Amino acid sequence: MIVAEQKPIGQVLDMIEPFEKILVAGCATCVTVCSTGGEKEVGILASALRLACAARGLKKSFDEITLTRQCDPEFIEPIKEFASQHDAVVSMACGVGVHFMAEHLPPMPVFPAVNTVFIGANPELGVWVERCAMCGDCILDKTGGICPIAGCAKTMLNGPCGGSNEGMCEVDPETPGAWARIVERMKQLGTLDKLDEIQPPKDWSTSRDGGPRKMIREDLKL
Amino acid sequence: MTDEKAEQAGPAFEPKIIAYCCHYCAYTAADLAGSTRLQYAPNIRVIRVPCTGKIDVLHLLRAFEEGADGCYVAGCLDGDCHFINGNLRARKRTDYAKRILDAAGIDPERLEMFNMSAAMATTFAATADEFTERSRKLGPLFDGEKKDIRPGIVMRQPMTLSASNPPAKDE
Repeated sequence: MIVAEQKPIGQVLDMIEPFEKILVAGCATCVTVCSTGGEKEVGILASALRLACAARGLKKSFDEITLTRQCDPEFIEPIKEFASQHDAVVSMACGVGVHFMAEHLPPMPVFPAVNTVFIGANPELGVWVERCAMCGDCILDKTGGICPIAGCAKTMLNGPCGGSNEGMCEVDPETPGAWARIVERMKQLGTLDKLDEIQPPKDWSTSRDGGPRKMIREDLKL
Repeated sequence: MTDEKAEQAGPAFEPKIIAYCCHYCAYTAADLAGSTRLQYAPNIRVIRVPCTGKIDVLHLLRAFEEGADGCYVAGCLDGDCHFINGNLRARKRTDYAKRILDAAGIDPERLEMFNMSAAMATTFAATADEFTERSRKLGPLFDGEKKDIRPGIVMRQPMTLSASNPPAKDE
């Protein structure tokens, strides 16, 4: 899922400073699952903003709405009229949601209340870890299911590097080096010999290097 | 918070305090305090919860939004939670809510968590008195016009209004 974390309340207050009627909009998918921008967090942020404004003597009102998804136009369409009764929208969705709301709502300011941090997994309650860097050309078949792009600080294709110390990464001694884990995993799988193959430089044109990416499926288009 | 603020509010300032009390300890302690005729500050409004683990950050913030000057959570002693660790969770959530209050510019001292057993009636009464005194010194949360917090509309998709905000009837 997409993992996001809340911005400090002060930063959100600065964004909405010139506006009076604010709509706090949550998203019921990824940011709900990572407990950052779902219905409950919308309630908490709206409540905190009401208290913060009251403490500062600011006359502002905050309404709350949680969309099924902020990244699909069919869910934004039904809230257009409600949203336009406000001066600004504070979106608690990932950057995609904020962007899409700004694109599809009638022209009005849409502000982000969260920072989108990574695509990750949730190994235990309250912990999220990055597992995919969206490089656009998956090589997990060659690395025992452990990603050196998302897991290695240097995104190396042939490792481990000299900075690996007893399996831990030199960037952070608490973080296991991805390549040490890959070697261990390949040993377990009995496919260590696959690592003898030298990987050529990666084609980064499938990643962010080619600018904003787009995917089209003609068979699905109406 | 300042004594000055409390003075401005006048000697008659009586804080409104919400006390979320666990059914298995603080609420029973309140009962015992009553049956043993212990006197304590009438400023607290007790809300019974099945366990302090039921309390969410939103409940704590809502108390202030709805006009409380102080709020506390009273749960079981460490290791004595009827549901194993509800009181430990409540403490974490109270700490989190304190950080939110601080970021919002509200003294986090207005919120606290206490632990007591069902037998600790005197502790219940003393806690009510001490927290009332603390809140009195902190003064009113919002004075004058600031008190006017406008309630918001709450909606979710598929488009429904929350029960607290029923839709207007058709003309």
